[in-house]
Amino acid sequence: MTLTKTLRAATAISLIAAGGAYAETITIATVNNGDMIRMQGYTDDFTAKTGHEVEWVTLEENVLRQRVTTDITTKGGQFDIMTIGMYETPIWGANGWLVPLDDLSEEYDVDDILPAMANGLSHDGTLYAAPFYGESSMVMYRTDLMEAAGLEMPDAPTWTFIREAAAAMTDRDADINGICLRGKAGWGEGGAFINTMANSFGARPLDEDWNAQLDSEAWAETLNFYVDMMNESGPTGFATNGFNENLSLFNQGKCGMWIDATVAASFVTNPNDSEVADSVGFALAPDNGLGKRSNWLWAWALAIPSGTAKADAAKEFIEWATSKDYIELVAENEGWANVPPGARTSLYENPNYAEVPFAKMTLDSILSADPNNPTVDPVPYVGIQFAAIPEWAGFWTEVSQEFSAAYAGQQTVEEALEKAQAITNEAMEAAGYR
Amino acid sequence: MARAVTPRRKVINTSLAWLIGLLIFFPILWTILTSFKTEAQAIASPPLFLNFDWTLENYGVVMERSNYARFLWNSILIAGGSTILGLIIAVPAAWSMAFVPSKRTKDILLWMLSTKMLPAVGVLYPIYLLFIKMGLLDSRAGLVIVMMLINLPIIVWMLYTYFREIPVEILEAARMDGASLKEEVLYILTPMAIPGIASTMLLNFILAWNEAFWTLNLTAVNAAPLTAFIASYSSPEGLFFAKLSAASTMAIAPILIMGWFSQKQLVRGLTFGAVK
Repeated sequence: MTLTKTLRAATAISLIAAGGAYAETITIATVNNGDMIRMQGYTDDFTAKTGHEVEWVTLEENVLRQRVTTDITTKGGQFDIMTIGMYETPIWGANGWLVPLDDLSEEYDVDDILPAMANGLSHDGTLYAAPFYGESSMVMYRTDLMEAAGLEMPDAPTWTFIREAAAAMTDRDADINGICLRGKAGWGEGGAFINTMANSFGARPLDEDWNAQLDSEAWAETLNFYVDMMNESGPTGFATNGFNENLSLFNQGKCGMWIDATVAASFVTNPNDSEVADSVGFALAPDNGLGKRSNWLWAWALAIPSGTAKADAAKEFIEWATSKDYIELVAENEGWANVPPGARTSLYENPNYAEVPFAKMTLDSILSADPNNPTVDPVPYVGIQFAAIPEWAGFWTEVSQEFSAAYAGQQTVEEALEKAQAITNEAMEAAGYR
Repeated sequence: MARAVTPRRKVINTSLAWLIGLLIFFPILWTILTSFKTEAQAIASPPLFLNFDWTLENYGVVMERSNYARFLWNSILIAGGSTILGLIIAVPAAWSMAFVPSKRTKDILLWMLSTKMLPAVGVLYPIYLLFIKMGLLDSRAGLVIVMMLINLPIIVWMLYTYFREIPVEILEAARMDGASLKEEVLYILTPMAIPGIASTMLLNFILAWNEAFWTLNLTAVNAAPLTAFIASYSSPEGLFFAKLSAASTMAIAPILIMGWFSQKQLVRGLTFGAVK
């Protein structure tokens, strides 16, 4: 009897020990947004399936960027998974700082990842980060105001139409602005928007030899068009408005149109947050008849820093979080409108998801964005709202500060472009591109 | 001769003081009010002051999502530890500068202060690499050392100012009575400088509690204090102002309560030696 008990106890202890050796605790650095927070809520499902525990470090986007960049460049080893975007992934992958995701399981179905996303998160054909959700940008507009103005939004509008519609919908007495756009300084805020707008106007920040092109006619046309339209039909103080400020205005019924990230569609159509949830329509981002639309491409993706000792557990997590099963899990519990969008082809083939009002336009927007061919004239980089070079975040933030000063009327568009030209050339020279 | 204060002037001065006080306190009050609103009410225009449906939902969400107690405990340990360690080093340093000054004392004081003129981000990488080498990343001990070093110039300067107000003759009398250096500092100087030391402690504790650059950059999970707790609710892509306000209120509440109860000491210490 005693022997039996001892054997049972020994077996139990060895099983626990074996389990303990296998089960890891992984640390994940991530951003604070709706989809990521939702994922944290389902961590128990991952733990139940794999035995691995998860510690979350959630930070504001800019803080996260600084934090993970410091850690990966110094091999600090603080995180086993990092949430990074399309800007960082190819650069870090090329530097050998990330674990290649080239051995994901068959069930994961890596070919199901939308090609635009897979390309943007790869370097030399190797995937370095798995997209958790992807986005482009599109027009979100008030169907009731559009109708009242006697206009009909085409699926693929031009900038000329957008400006006319904005003027028609503007009602200063009712505090309705025809159009709300980003103007806030920052390469990922107003800097991203204006660059995509410039792409559609035939402008480019750099030529094939890395010479700044901000003194071109096309750039002057872009900025003048933006400033004139916003002064006619935009909200006061638009020079300091970013994503959140415009979301707030739109949800309060103070914008006729808003051109911004496709992920905003789920916010503006959510009746708990938006006063205009039942009267929102969607269209592709506008073009200017030159063959390029003013939409961007972005993904928040999960990557494994090459210094981690828990790469296997980290890979298991990535397979779980970016899988088809995870999408099903969220849909089952919170509805199809709340699943992470823009990452998998199969999601857009799902008839349930097709019923979500913004699903088709999101996919069309993502598919119409081409990071390898973002501008009318050729450029030497990959990326749409950014150039995937390490220097971009620094100097384009400076450029966007000059633009914001012009939006606020602190300097003329010509002065802003002249300074932007000098900043860009100086950055290219300092980095050795020229 | 002291100038007589008329009742009218007294009313004006008091009203002005209240107005300035309310202006300074308003952002904190607004944060607290927003924490009881829904996300839609938080962005309402015109803003809602008191006429909204008060809810505790945000606090519930924050408590469910984050381990508040762990962040709080880390804040207490880091702020408290760095304050005590700083005082242990600063009291003898300030004593020597105040009572046994050398030709270079003023230069040393200025040099110490000059370390505060360097932007923190300028030394992020060297410190980060040092922390990796020493195994101090994401450790409370590492944060205590960094916080202490950051605030040490201010502690030394404040204590130096207080100590200078203490007549050197008292210390000389103690020496003549046979007091050793240790006894002189511990039993004569320290009790006389208690108000100054207390206010220095409080100020240092508040500075360490609110520090948000090093605490965000050198921590991850184990040592993250309340600044990291707040940062986890800030988002440029999504309107979570009410939840952010609830997290901020929970983060500032302990220090606000401590400041309220110790305001007498704080004011006394900060005005120590201001009037001769």
